[in-house]
Amino acid sequence: MSYFERMDAVHMDILKEIGNIGAGHAATALSKLLNKRIEMTIPDVRIISFDEMMDIVGGADNVVAAVFLRIEGDAPGNMFFVLSIEQAERFIQQMTGDEQFKLEQDCSELPLSALQELGNILAGSYLSSLSDFTNLNLHPSVPALSIDMIGAILSYGLIEMSRVGDHVIVVDTAIHEEHQPDDRVNGHFFLLPDPESFHIIFRALGVEHDE
Amino acid sequence: MSEIVQVVKVGIADMNIVKAPHVIRTCGLGSCVGVVVYDLTKEVAGMAHVMLPDSSLAKSENMNVAKYADTAIEELIRRVIEAGGRNGHLKAKMAGGAQMFQFRTGTTDMMRIGPRNVEAVRQQLQRFRIPIVAEDVGGSSGRTIEFHPKTGILLIRTVNQGVREM
Repeated sequence: MSYFERMDAVHMDILKEIGNIGAGHAATALSKLLNKRIEMTIPDVRIISFDEMMDIVGGADNVVAAVFLRIEGDAPGNMFFVLSIEQAERFIQQMTGDEQFKLEQDCSELPLSALQELGNILAGSYLSSLSDFTNLNLHPSVPALSIDMIGAILSYGLIEMSRVGDHVIVVDTAIHEEHQPDDRVNGHFFLLPDPESFHIIFRALGVEHDE
Repeated sequence: MSEIVQVVKVGIADMNIVKAPHVIRTCGLGSCVGVVVYDLTKEVAGMAHVMLPDSSLAKSENMNVAKYADTAIEELIRRVIEAGGRNGHLKAKMAGGAQMFQFRTGTTDMMRIGPRNVEAVRQQLQRFRIPIVAEDVGGSSGRTIEFHPKTGILLIRTVNQGVREM
């Protein structure tokens, strides 16, 4: 845990603020795109084990739709936009106008690329606001979409972290559509900076962090 | 009269041992490899959820042996033998090592981690002369696997293809 022992409350607050700004912009973009109100939780910054990370989204074999992109530039890392299957279907229905759309019946190119593009726009707005805020050069890779078990998907984002320890620092912001019958959280933005990126982010914001 | 069957769980970068009639399971393998070493006559098995190919990738001192192929296989064999398995009777099955995402650009070594994990596990099993009886590796799907030490059957579940036995 030595890596994480150097994190204090100030550092955690900075990461929270980053999640707030990033996901706030992304939620606004989503809201404009769908012409719907999107609500967002206060970002949660946690230092957790890999298994606990999977539990946030229903356990390692829960099936989700996820857009993954690699953050390149000054502070590399990984970003995931994770949706429950129902929520992914609802977004696709709203974007394509096909109200009967179901993922298991239709795996054709168009709805999936609509979902991928949605993830691209949201992650892009998350990252560009983060880049403005920190004055760091950050740009997203081409996003990749996967509909599969969450454990199989998220473990990609844990590879860099796993070389340092058995825990991960995750900036988690949950979103949900307003007026959904179930008040469940239906989407997550996960920001997972590479281990080396934390002190770069902190320094860019004028807070020292021993490397 | 019959004993309740328990499912022993193996987390990410974790390993565990099971004896019949109980079963052992790990969920959501992507680029990770799930490897089982077992002795069918003694009905004992161990499973590891390997995340990285080699412990030289580690950047910290206190190391989790279950995380790396080279350290996990050795420890797994030691623990199966400790639980009653016999050297020379051990066999292995493995699954996982998928490439979940295809990127058009920048396929770095870390992106190819699935195939590298598979290769590393294979090498380690060879080093200890443990035959791989069955494997389901590669592809681009996540897998959940469950091993039954009584029968030696490995169940593999994927999202699109349901459950298969091997």
